[in-house]
Amino acid sequence: MKKKRADNICMMQGNQACARGAMMAGCRFFAGYPITPSSEIAENLALSMPAVGGRFIQMEDEIGAMGAVIGASLTGLKSMTATSGPGFSLKQENIGYAAMAEVPCVVVNVQRGGPSTGMPTFPAQMDVQQARWGSHGDRGVIALSASSAQETFEQTIRAFNLSEKYMMPVILLVDEVVAHSTEKVVLPDPGGIELFNRKQPTESPGEYLPYRETDDGIPVLARFGTGYRYNVTGLCHDETGFPTNNPEKIEKLIRRLTDKIERHRKDITHCHKIMLEDADVAIFAYGSVARSARRAVFLCREAGIKAGLIEPTVLWPFPSDEVLETAEGVKAFVVAEMNLGQMAREVELASKCRVEVHRLNRVDGRLITPQQVVEKVREAL
Amino acid sequence: MFDYLRYIRERNFPHIWCSGCGDGIVLKALIRAVDKLGISRDEMVMVSGIGCSSRTPGYVDINTLHTTHGRAIPFATGVKLANPKLHVIVVTGDGDATAIGGNHYIHAARRNIDLTVLLYNNYIYGMTGGQVSPTTPRGKRASTAPFGNQEPAFNISDLAEAAGASFVARGDVYHAQKLEKLIVKAVQKKGFSVVEILSPCPTAYGRRNRMAHPVKMMEWLRDQTVPVAKWERLSPEEREGKVRTGIIVDVDKVEYTETNDKLIESLKADK
Amino acid sequence: MAEEQSAAKKPAVIRVKLEWCKGCEICVAFCPRNVLEMEGGKVKVARPEDCTRCMLCELRCPDFAITVE
Repeated sequence: MKKKRADNICMMQGNQACARGAMMAGCRFFAGYPITPSSEIAENLALSMPAVGGRFIQMEDEIGAMGAVIGASLTGLKSMTATSGPGFSLKQENIGYAAMAEVPCVVVNVQRGGPSTGMPTFPAQMDVQQARWGSHGDRGVIALSASSAQETFEQTIRAFNLSEKYMMPVILLVDEVVAHSTEKVVLPDPGGIELFNRKQPTESPGEYLPYRETDDGIPVLARFGTGYRYNVTGLCHDETGFPTNNPEKIEKLIRRLTDKIERHRKDITHCHKIMLEDADVAIFAYGSVARSARRAVFLCREAGIKAGLIEPTVLWPFPSDEVLETAEGVKAFVVAEMNLGQMAREVELASKCRVEVHRLNRVDGRLITPQQVVEKVREAL
Repeated sequence: MFDYLRYIRERNFPHIWCSGCGDGIVLKALIRAVDKLGISRDEMVMVSGIGCSSRTPGYVDINTLHTTHGRAIPFATGVKLANPKLHVIVVTGDGDATAIGGNHYIHAARRNIDLTVLLYNNYIYGMTGGQVSPTTPRGKRASTAPFGNQEPAFNISDLAEAAGASFVARGDVYHAQKLEKLIVKAVQKKGFSVVEILSPCPTAYGRRNRMAHPVKMMEWLRDQTVPVAKWERLSPEEREGKVRTGIIVDVDKVEYTETNDKLIESLKADK
Repeated sequence: MAEEQSAAKKPAVIRVKLEWCKGCEICVAFCPRNVLEMEGGKVKVARPEDCTRCMLCELRCPDFAITVE
């Protein structure tokens, strides 16, 4: 029999793809608060979550939504919230809590223009540094990016996997263009998706210590209600989970929160690389801007300019090694982004001043066009 | 003798509360209530925010979650909705629940989610050194109200009632046995339950308001509290300066997680 | 029944965990039979023979420091 026309190919906007990805990643708890341009994620999950026994709740504010997500995750459910700039600001304290207490969860931020209420219906990439440093205190951060509906679907799944693996909040940064553009998405066979579920203790409750030193630096937190009674706190704590003022134990904890990411960089970071091998100019772009940059690479090549693209799909940890390696082979960098150079600074740092870094910035709520990128590449040469 | 040691995390004692702080008395009443209820400790989760009262979870051997300032109720909402079989007790204070967390407090009551909130009211921010709180009575002194509080106070039990709570009671640590009974009733109640617990803070509140000695504060609780039944018979003049204690609201209403469970069941049945 | 009566006649055993007692004096102030006293900033069981096992001291001790058997 001829295979039926594939029903795994569909048209959907980035926000729908995000919701679909969450469902397929095994997300069974969503708490959110309405905010443009992310609301479709909540709306889609309100519809699909109960049918699989999952929980959806619209909380009274963004802060509460983040709190509910952490509480739910401690019972073992894969949990998520979605928001945009102002809501992302409100969630920061509890994102820091999830980092400190090492509670896995996914926070999607559909970026719009800021500061403040800014441009609710236009795209921006102004929250990139906020994703890294938005919550007070030192800690490692994982923040993913997506440039299409397809990639939003895939990155949502990856966000859950990374959060469950490294026991921490994982941020997915998309922008309004990606979130609201309807395009083709090919859904994988559910059985073919690799899912990571957080480890559970193998020792008896009597021997269990929630923050015991482990080989990979990642704690094993038992699900609440399974007989392992322990304490979770945002205060500096020792391996028992109780607060401590012991300087050695505090130092160990704070360093570990960063080290657990640093030592697994290779497993986490990822970049798309296009025509970099012989490139004179490397374009660094992410999110919807990367799509213009891809087009720009081909326009440049047509015009005889050797341009290439490095497009990180993981913004944090920053792909320093990949950028340095690229810097060694090119004459200049062009960093194109819808902010005033939040990632350009990182590229300058990572490339150790070996090449000049040219900035292409747009903060008027409109997309950076391929032509603008091409012009910048010409300037850079 | 009641064997409290079975329920406490002895390694963390003596606790951090000041001499004469009522919070230890509440903890004991809570432990006796838990013992009476016979609920498995593995199925209990205690969630707290930030402040003196919110340090309670560190001392009880159940699943405990010490969260961010004002956010205990949302965290607890997540725990409860994710696993409605768990008994979730929120331990919070007047500042935590009705200032920074006031929004969550009223919305959880409106939602009528099955949480038991033990709201320790000491009329002040104790842990940060005695700043004025939403329940500090007008005219009383605090470190940020050195000339006396200029604002009127919240009646936090009335607030819970107005917002839709199923069960609202007020107890105090002088009447510790009564308090234990109120906690038992609150935990048993399906729906959003609040027990406002008057728990003295001699250090931050008493010292500034002529009740520096813990005994003075206990006497004040003894003398100002009036049981609900007696309260009904008092004239407005006689009620002046008094606080009613006992069960204020006890009604049956649709509970949130049950509603959500039913939705899930109905969708499964549709398939 | 007889056993219970004889048990009731036994003097109460009041134990104080001094390292937990913070000397708030609540137990001393509200003991109806004046069994307890303060000494060196902590509670002292002065007249255990007068104790009626009303348990108020144990009930109101914020520090888990006093028990009555």
